[in-house]
Amino acid sequence: MGVEELYKQQIMQHYRHPLNQGILDNADIDFYEVNPLCGDEIRLTMQLQDDVVKDVRFSGKGCAISLSAASLMTENFKGKSLDKLKQLKQEDVLNALGIHVGPGRIKCVTLILKALQRGIYLHERKAEHA
Amino acid sequence: MNKQLQKDFPILQRKIHGRRLVYLDNAATTHKPRSVLKAMQEFYTHSNANIHRGVHALAEEATQQYESAREHVAQFIHADPQEVVFTSGTTHSMNLVAYSALPLLPKGSEVVVTEMEHHSNFVPWQTLCKQLGLTFKIARVHDDGMLDMEYLGKMITKKTRLVAVAHVSNVTGVINDIPAIRTLAMKAGAWLAVDGAQAAPHLHLDMQRMGADFYGFSGHKMLGPTGIGVLHGRKELLEKMQPFHMGGGMIKTVQKEKSTWNELPWKFEAGTPNIAGVIGLNAALEYLEKIGSAELHAHGQHLSKITANRLAAIKGITVYGSGKGLPVFSFNVSDIHTHDVASYLDQLGIAVRGGNHCAAPLMQRFNINGTVRASFYIYNDEKDVEYLAEGIEKARDFFNGR
Repeated sequence: MGVEELYKQQIMQHYRHPLNQGILDNADIDFYEVNPLCGDEIRLTMQLQDDVVKDVRFSGKGCAISLSAASLMTENFKGKSLDKLKQLKQEDVLNALGIHVGPGRIKCVTLILKALQRGIYLHERKAEHA
Repeated sequence: MNKQLQKDFPILQRKIHGRRLVYLDNAATTHKPRSVLKAMQEFYTHSNANIHRGVHALAEEATQQYESAREHVAQFIHADPQEVVFTSGTTHSMNLVAYSALPLLPKGSEVVVTEMEHHSNFVPWQTLCKQLGLTFKIARVHDDGMLDMEYLGKMITKKTRLVAVAHVSNVTGVINDIPAIRTLAMKAGAWLAVDGAQAAPHLHLDMQRMGADFYGFSGHKMLGPTGIGVLHGRKELLEKMQPFHMGGGMIKTVQKEKSTWNELPWKFEAGTPNIAGVIGLNAALEYLEKIGSAELHAHGQHLSKITANRLAAIKGITVYGSGKGLPVFSFNVSDIHTHDVASYLDQLGIAVRGGNHCAAPLMQRFNINGTVRASFYIYNDEKDVEYLAEGIEKARDFFNGR
């Protein structure tokens, strides 16, 4: 048991060298999510083609857990349909990260997921009204 | 003193992630000595009853214990028992004053708070001022977290009717000069409400000398149980104020047309109070009295001094605050997120807190999202300081990829 239990190598790798960082121009989905408790924030932008994620970027600030979750999960979003992404759950993110966290840190894990879910929701509402 | 004393706290024997627990989150809550746990268990086992209502033996015993605890609190803070209201904690105490005292003020009156307040001594005033058409003003702090007294002096005008300040900052440990603030408030004819949550565990409390009109504190930050706190208020003011909670116990008469209020302090204690909590608080005060307030203060000062020095020697650390107050330290390490530092330290068995500490206005003042906070109490010692410092250095190297 030690620090490596939570901060696994994979997590530290994503934390130090995050993938998919930045903001996409002409994004179909552009959503900003914030965790008021710790001030972590994330902006998720995605370009779609026929409701499939063509490209994705995120920007923001946060702890190692929330940043590595964003890096890892955005990689996972690519090429997936919105319908498929809507089924993603908290457990899927935890499994992908390979860690267990207590109630104090779960919001770090799910920040990217919340941004995704809210982003898709608003996108679909916009499409309905168009 | 601490090896022996640590034995009085069963939880300190726990291992966390296989390591000795180094508990440095005392500004959030303190642990309970066996005597407090025993007193509460004994109350529930032998004397449990509701107070002030029954005439049976248990009810009388419970009432007697509850009221003698009030006398004990009064003696502890040098006050009249009639001016000691039991609340659920400091948040409740400050809300009681906000809801019950602010409606007495004429429209256009000003309420002055400071940037260093905990949300519980900020949000009630901010919200009630809006509702009642009062002006809400915020006094600022210096870069080192000390209250800008000159600015405060200018903030307080003839229209100011209430000043609300923390006795000690829960973020930086900075101690405010309450008698000096009281002089400023008095000159303007304003009441002074003090949040004593962080001060009460460490400082000798003399309500007569301090002279605040209201003073609130929590039992659980001074070895007592959660859910019990105190509001001390000046009698003439408490007499004038409308109760904030209504119900059983706080009334004198109830008729269909109107009701009248009980005498002080029961007027402000509606419903069945936290009786076991009061019994536990009583035992906590006994424990603190055994240590003695001089020793308590000296121990805190000693830890404060060595912690300030040791933290200053850590490369990449930013410490907020003067470092000259109570042993409550807030810092950031390089640009590592506070929760990462806190989680890393937790893995070493060190309990600290990361975040904004319910003091968002102060975080905005320092232009940061949060801090890591280490706060010490009587059972902590020099070894804990060193262990913390080494943990911070390890965390820094780990996240910086060394």
